[in-house]
Amino acid sequence: MNGEFLTPIDAFTVIDLIFMSMLVVVGIAIVRLKDLFAVVMLSGVYSLVSAAWFVSLDAVDVAFTEAAVGAGISTVLMLGAMLLTARQAAPTKPARHWVALIVVCATGAALLYATVDMPSFGDPLSAPNAYIGLEYLKRTGPETGVPNVVSAVLASYRGYDTFGETTVILTAGLGVVLILGLGGPAIKRKKAPAKTKAAKANQSKILGAHHVVLRVISKLMIPVIIIYGAYVQFHGDFGPGGGFQAGLIIASAIILYALIYGIDAAKEAVPPSLVRLGAALGVLIYGGVGVINLLLGGNFLEYNILNPTHPAHGQELGIMFVEIGVLVTVASVMLIIFYGFTSRQPDIKDKDW
Amino acid sequence: MSDFLHILDILRPYVAGIALLSGGVIVLIGASGVLRLPDFYTRLHAAGVTDTLGTLLVLLGLILLSGFTLLSGKLALVGLFLLLTSPAATHAVANAAHKAGLKPRLGTVKSQAPGEASGDPS
Repeated sequence: MNGEFLTPIDAFTVIDLIFMSMLVVVGIAIVRLKDLFAVVMLSGVYSLVSAAWFVSLDAVDVAFTEAAVGAGISTVLMLGAMLLTARQAAPTKPARHWVALIVVCATGAALLYATVDMPSFGDPLSAPNAYIGLEYLKRTGPETGVPNVVSAVLASYRGYDTFGETTVILTAGLGVVLILGLGGPAIKRKKAPAKTKAAKANQSKILGAHHVVLRVISKLMIPVIIIYGAYVQFHGDFGPGGGFQAGLIIASAIILYALIYGIDAAKEAVPPSLVRLGAALGVLIYGGVGVINLLLGGNFLEYNILNPTHPAHGQELGIMFVEIGVLVTVASVMLIIFYGFTSRQPDIKDKDW
Repeated sequence: MSDFLHILDILRPYVAGIALLSGGVIVLIGASGVLRLPDFYTRLHAAGVTDTLGTLLVLLGLILLSGFTLLSGKLALVGLFLLLTSPAATHAVANAAHKAGLKPRLGTVKSQAPGEASGDPS
């Protein structure tokens, strides 16, 4: 497999190497820091650098997902989790952990040994470049009519896997709900009678004066962000994008609203009950498309059957509905997790950020 | 008139190059400012101000390079987005630091140990 082909050292290879060394530096910094806030920020930086690296490797879909997940929403969720705990890691005694060192060295040596068997970067004769990748590139156009091969592979050829992933996301949301609770209206009930109307108006006036720049900017931005999410969702057939990224973008727009206008306002706009419904509904839509295929006489998730005269049109339709299911589940679960974390606090206080 | 447009078209890549280069230099100046300036607020000033101008110049260069296409329209939208969000983000960070009680450092800067210079409680 290896041998004849040598990766050319050009400008792009140098850029890749720079990105990889930045990743190593950030990783070491994360291990050595004790300040959890800085660690959360650095893990966002790590994701952003790896997203840039993926762009340089021409994997724009992966880069988009990495930027939305790692640098975007997981940083926010980690900050939300950090509000519930301390800002500093517990001090540990400086000691030599010999067993850990041995395990790390053995794993590292095994990984280094395994890299010898890997094909050179960009080798045209390597397995993914020679057979299966070409096959997908050749067949996607006529069979699905979707120009973006990544979307077609994700939602059609590997539809079962993506169904599994969507279910995994729902399960993750359920896990958070089991641990942290549903983030229901318990706090609201406790707070409401304590405040008179005047005091409330006064407080909101102070808040408004305090965050006026952020309020104006976010008021301008939130609709645009949601439109952009819809663009990413429905343009996923043609360019990088799809349900996962769009769901994260829309969820982050609502989280931004919650950060600036308060959790209660966000819960009024997007009630937790709706979010709970949406998390299950998305998986239901995805599975429902499969069941409709079954009822029409095809296989599970065989979209061809949706339009018997034009199988490619059936594929497009199936991919679109499946992506909508992914969008609904992803956006809802992100909001479930966010509500779960933040409802443990009375509110996000001004001084916390 | 068409001669004038022709000259503009010839000049376009050079103007784009100048914009890209100056944008890069400004971002570098901002980075060195973040490393060298004495306290949190001045460092934020270096990062925020130069980042906005630097990235916008880079985007301007890219727009000029790509000409009148859909791509340059998207780049212009990115520029507009950055123009709105970048100062707002800087404002939010500075505001949070002020609220947390971080005082700006006043007076002249004396020569000091490098550990002291970066040791503010941000």
